[in-house]
Amino acid sequence: MDVLRNNNALLTIGTFLPLAGVLVMMFIPSGKELLHKQIALLTALATVAVGVYTVAKFDFGNAGKLQFYADTSWIKVIHSNYTIGLDGISLPLYMLSSVITLVVMVYSWDHIPSPGNAKAFLILMLVLQTSMAGTFVAQDLILFFVFFELVLLPMYFMIGVWGGEQRQYASLKFFLYTMFGSALMLVAFLALYWQVSKNGLSGQASFSIPYLAAHGGVLGKTVQIWLFAGMFVGFAVKVPMFPFHTWLPDAHTQAPTQGSVILAAVMLKLGTYGFVRIAIPILPAAAKAWAPWIGGLAVIGIIYGALGCLAQTDMKRLIAFSSVAHMGFVMLGISTLTTLGLNAAMFGMVAHGLITGMLFFVAGSIKDRYHTLEIKRLGGILKQMPRMGWILGFCAMASLGLPGLAGFWGEFPVIVSAYQPFTNTNVFRVYMVVAAVGTVLAAGYLLWLFQRVAFGEPPEEFSGHAPAHSVGAAANDTLHGDEIHHDIHDVKLTEWLAWSPLLLGIVVLGIYPQLLFKVIDPAVQVALKAYGKG
Amino acid sequence: MLSWLLGAASGFARPKIDYHALAPEIILSVGICVVLIVDLFISESKKWLTATIAGVVLIASVIPIVTLAVIGDNTRSLFDGRYVVDEFSLIMKAMFLIIGYVVVLLSTNEIEEGGYYQGEYYVLLLSGVLGMVMMTSARDLVSVFVAFEFLSIPTYMLAAWRKRDTKSNEAGVKYFLLGAFASALMLYGMSLLYGVAHSTKLSDIGAAITVKGKLSGVEALAIVFIVAAFGFKVSAVPFHSWAPDTYQGAPTPVTAFLSVGSKAGGFVALVSMVYLAFPLAKDIWQPLMFVLATLTMTVGNVMALKQTNIVRMLAYSSISQGGFILMPFVVAGTKASETSLKTIVAYLLVYATTNLGAFAVVIAVTRKTRSGEISALGGMLTYAPGLTALMTLFFASLAGIPPFGGWFAKVSAFRAVLEAGTGYGYAIAVIGAVNTVIAFGYYGNIMREMWMKPAPDGDNSRVEVPPSIIAALGITGAGTLLLGILPHLVLRFGDLNDLVHTGALGK
Repeated sequence: MDVLRNNNALLTIGTFLPLAGVLVMMFIPSGKELLHKQIALLTALATVAVGVYTVAKFDFGNAGKLQFYADTSWIKVIHSNYTIGLDGISLPLYMLSSVITLVVMVYSWDHIPSPGNAKAFLILMLVLQTSMAGTFVAQDLILFFVFFELVLLPMYFMIGVWGGEQRQYASLKFFLYTMFGSALMLVAFLALYWQVSKNGLSGQASFSIPYLAAHGGVLGKTVQIWLFAGMFVGFAVKVPMFPFHTWLPDAHTQAPTQGSVILAAVMLKLGTYGFVRIAIPILPAAAKAWAPWIGGLAVIGIIYGALGCLAQTDMKRLIAFSSVAHMGFVMLGISTLTTLGLNAAMFGMVAHGLITGMLFFVAGSIKDRYHTLEIKRLGGILKQMPRMGWILGFCAMASLGLPGLAGFWGEFPVIVSAYQPFTNTNVFRVYMVVAAVGTVLAAGYLLWLFQRVAFGEPPEEFSGHAPAHSVGAAANDTLHGDEIHHDIHDVKLTEWLAWSPLLLGIVVLGIYPQLLFKVIDPAVQVALKAYGKG
Repeated sequence: MLSWLLGAASGFARPKIDYHALAPEIILSVGICVVLIVDLFISESKKWLTATIAGVVLIASVIPIVTLAVIGDNTRSLFDGRYVVDEFSLIMKAMFLIIGYVVVLLSTNEIEEGGYYQGEYYVLLLSGVLGMVMMTSARDLVSVFVAFEFLSIPTYMLAAWRKRDTKSNEAGVKYFLLGAFASALMLYGMSLLYGVAHSTKLSDIGAAITVKGKLSGVEALAIVFIVAAFGFKVSAVPFHSWAPDTYQGAPTPVTAFLSVGSKAGGFVALVSMVYLAFPLAKDIWQPLMFVLATLTMTVGNVMALKQTNIVRMLAYSSISQGGFILMPFVVAGTKASETSLKTIVAYLLVYATTNLGAFAVVIAVTRKTRSGEISALGGMLTYAPGLTALMTLFFASLAGIPPFGGWFAKVSAFRAVLEAGTGYGYAIAVIGAVNTVIAFGYYGNIMREMWMKPAPDGDNSRVEVPPSIIAALGITGAGTLLLGILPHLVLRFGDLNDLVHTGALGK
């Protein structure tokens, strides 16, 4: 296997470092909130530092190979190894997860949602970071599954304890949907293992993803199609693809701001990453057979998400539905099975992570100030909080795919790649047209949102400098009681600190996309090796 | 007749007894007598001594198992191969002894404070453990039956331990009546088997049933009877109806013992019957196991969903977990035979650790809440964050969420049934996958109460956890975490390489 084993402890450190913070925090009583925040922030900062060092040591000339590769025996009984490695596909997402965790920690400095308990909240976030990073570096199916599932529990508690009014319903729905998917995915993984060891040339049994990618092609088409079906359910629920998306609006809307940001920015990528890393390279024949169906569901998602957005009355729910549409673009890119499509999809994942993460941050901050996200009741933000208003405008523009900002490079190349897909050219050209219509709708719902909440005069209930109590805000009043009598103030320091990396990222990647493409491309070429020249 | 008997007796040669191999049983038997006698001579205020002695006896019995494992000279066959100490029985014996030890830890406070008969309690508990330990080595119909009764009868009495509580009495009587019925079924099945094979030795029976190629009706009937009888013991649906009432009525430590020890005992017996007495009659028991496993996990899950009492919910949950342990039986006798046996062992180890832990937390919390209702768990995150974390760990493990032990057990079970590549295997894998999701409905419900609801009576005072329960929580918690993160470290003891190939099990 062609891998680079340099610095092979680096990834392990980067992945499990947050748990060290958790361990320390567990022995500090929950009363010392400030100390907990400091430790958590420090841990997140250290994790990013390790991440930056990893990038520095990353051999960009060999981005297609797995680097920092480590492989030790883990569970001999079932031939599962602790195999981790990083290539051009994992690297951006791995970094994204640690950066997002850091900015969320910064934001949490003075935004611990009701009902408080900073200790538990921050611990869950750190555990989440380990599981997300672990999913992106795992190169063994069982290890991948463990990390993939480990994500669920912290998020379940985050939504269920710190969420909105419907939090318990939303958290359970989120959990059951994703668990259903991953249960079938696991069955598919195990069946794949046995099938490959039975039919493989070497007769060797292994859960190693590179090994399976090299040998998965020997399986018959029917077998592959069934295995792909199992994985598809697991990944598609996570993405989420239409029609498995219904957990997403509930989960996103009910989650606390930090939860929504992590969900949108990183967790949705676990599904698409699964397709790129596992399903597509290992099961080429099935991917070809499934491609038009996935593409079809993807464009349905694009249109359905956009129409859903137009119908929303709640800002956060609108952003949630826009995720369905954006992930539709990503899936369309993946389903073309071309290097261009996969490149664009990978770029789209990162861009969506930055942009939608930002949008959720802004929505959370607006909610903090107005205690409502009902679009009808908002307005004139540009007058009351010009900076916040412009940030919202900036993110809306980025999200609708304005050239020059990151969102563009996740959408435009996808549409181009659908013109010349690997299979079913005619079908995909129809999809291309539909997706193009989707971008217009995206511009529609985002600009309309911006117009309604940012333009015009501030509504009467929020004009004046002391916003009145409102019925909808009653839920959070107990802890934020002091804020209600404060002025509606513009962007605060912690918000600037948390947001500037993301805003910077959106601009830099928009102006110089090659920065990301040159990392992704070699790895995508490797992933599509089984497809010949795409 | 008499003269023939005498003639035979004169030829009687004392069998060579391997005392090392029998040491755990001998220590336990002596321990039972010691507890019984000590109990007679100590005053009421010193009765706690009996618990201590019981704990020491259980730990002492582990020592010969360790030495036997270290020597590792494969199989020790006693009494003409009717009582065998092999890898499988060693690992299972160790498990039962540790289960017994943890149950003693859980019982001390409950039994002492309740003013129950402490000496007798521990005598019966040790006897139950002795029965289980014997079951792991029994390779003969007679010794299987004796071990089976030995592990059952003490638990009938333990279930009814709270004498003045009608619920506890009901628990004991129900358990006893259905248990007696199961014994009758089993005896009938065994008599038919003996009639067919002319031997009570399991391996002889296995040989006799395979020679003909086609099963006779009598053989089929015997197999069905025996599987059904053990079905009662492992509370497989539709033989489960006693379990919820018994579990709820019995004192909680006894429930923990029943749901883990006695159930595992049933599975051990089932393993020796299926793998040794009729391994090639799979035409009969394979569909039977498929139906049992499907029904057990599904019905257990669905019933658990609507429970409001936590012990009753744990009863249904343990029924459903039993369904998962039955899963590998579906592919026993195919090429996945070896994997499935290892899986059963692994699953039993994980399940025992996790479920005991769950009961330990329940016992600790109910000391404060004084209520078995699930809704009484509200607010735990506020007043008992440590216990909440542990309870989350145990329930997440039962639900099969990594990185806690349960996920590995579930993955192994799926892996075993998929290896076989049979229709039954694929079908049960998908059914199991769906059931895993349903199960989260009620495990998640517990977590929701603890994490997301306020304390129902607003009482946020701390929970006083007695040291013995802390010890039990420590053992089970560390075990559950370790089994999940580094399963290999523990489960290599369950990696019974030569078990099936060399036929170490019993020959």
